[in-house]
Amino acid sequence: MAFIAGFGAAVPERVVGNEELAGRIGRTADWIRNVSGIEQRRYVDSETVIDLAVSAAESCLEKAGCKPSELGMIVMSCSTSPRRFPGPASQVANRLGLTETPALDLPVASAGALVAMSLAADVAASRGPVLVVAAEIMSRIVLTEPLDPSVCILFGDGAGACLIHPSRGGARVLGSVMGTDGTFSEDLRLEDSTFLMNGRSVILQASRKMPRAVSEILRRFSLAASDVGTYLMHQANQNLMDRVADAIGVERDRFFSNIARYGNTSSASMLIAASEWAENEGFRAGGRVCFTAFGAGFHWGALLAEGVAAPA
Amino acid sequence: MDKRAKIIEIIQTVSKKKIEPSADESLFDSGLIDSFALPDMLSALEEAFGLKIPDADLNPRKFDTVERIESYLEARQ
Repeated sequence: MAFIAGFGAAVPERVVGNEELAGRIGRTADWIRNVSGIEQRRYVDSETVIDLAVSAAESCLEKAGCKPSELGMIVMSCSTSPRRFPGPASQVANRLGLTETPALDLPVASAGALVAMSLAADVAASRGPVLVVAAEIMSRIVLTEPLDPSVCILFGDGAGACLIHPSRGGARVLGSVMGTDGTFSEDLRLEDSTFLMNGRSVILQASRKMPRAVSEILRRFSLAASDVGTYLMHQANQNLMDRVADAIGVERDRFFSNIARYGNTSSASMLIAASEWAENEGFRAGGRVCFTAFGAGFHWGALLAEGVAAPA
Repeated sequence: MDKRAKIIEIIQTVSKKKIEPSADESLFDSGLIDSFALPDMLSALEEAFGLKIPDADLNPRKFDTVERIESYLEARQ
């Protein structure tokens, strides 16, 4: 058994609106909003993925009332670290004051936080509390000249975190499904410093695989899509979120969205959204939340959680 | 209605444009079908021709022109 004990997020201070990007790519701010739902995003100045990850992690641990020394493991999702190895997990652990706790890297891009949560829920009972952290600095990749208008407008920087606890939290993890299909692995990749995306292929696969994953996890618990109050999806593109909502047959506003303000922050996006959702709404006893994500690989999945009653 | 006419009808419905693309005209380059209309077009083709397109076949290039869509459907039937 595993519980979601808290979320955290950290985004850089610098806000970059569509107007600023539009001039550089010969498009309009309205065009950017129409094709993506994005109005602004955050870019780092000098921060690193480790800085962002530590801020999100500390925020999450504070909200969850958990000290770093209580952690049994850290799983870090990051695909934009400038170093091939070691990945950022060991430095994040070090910055949290941990020198013996295992800290593993999971470079699976946009689906990384979902995959990390799923794995954390599976091992929390034996390892103890698992801190999931997802941090990405996409701006240093997609702002490389020559700019690709359909790519550079989408992405932003940020970090999110989630504590998966074996015995307490606002929601119990009921289960998850994960999938990987390498058939189209060339269609979304970061090779050396070049980001390549076949948007049509990504949208096509995502618009089928995510609804299928959601349906599969719901079917496992004999639930209908309408039995889930909130969907927390990787904030890839507002049009894609709307499409997934339509495909599973629920109102679009059940999909929490903050993409207009942060853009697509790859693996960090789902947890940044979750953190913001938790601040404003949060888990309620019996209320169900479904997480879903899709990204390079292609990797995808869904995780279902149900709010539990607060201890008396 | 023959196959090609049905394909064109689907393209027009999905794109909401009464334009008849030539057989070898790229539906993407012409702006008739964008990234988000493509899944709709494929769902409509599945329904109209009574088949299920497997994920492994979801290569956008296979569905870029009326001719290619027609070839794909013929290979599947």
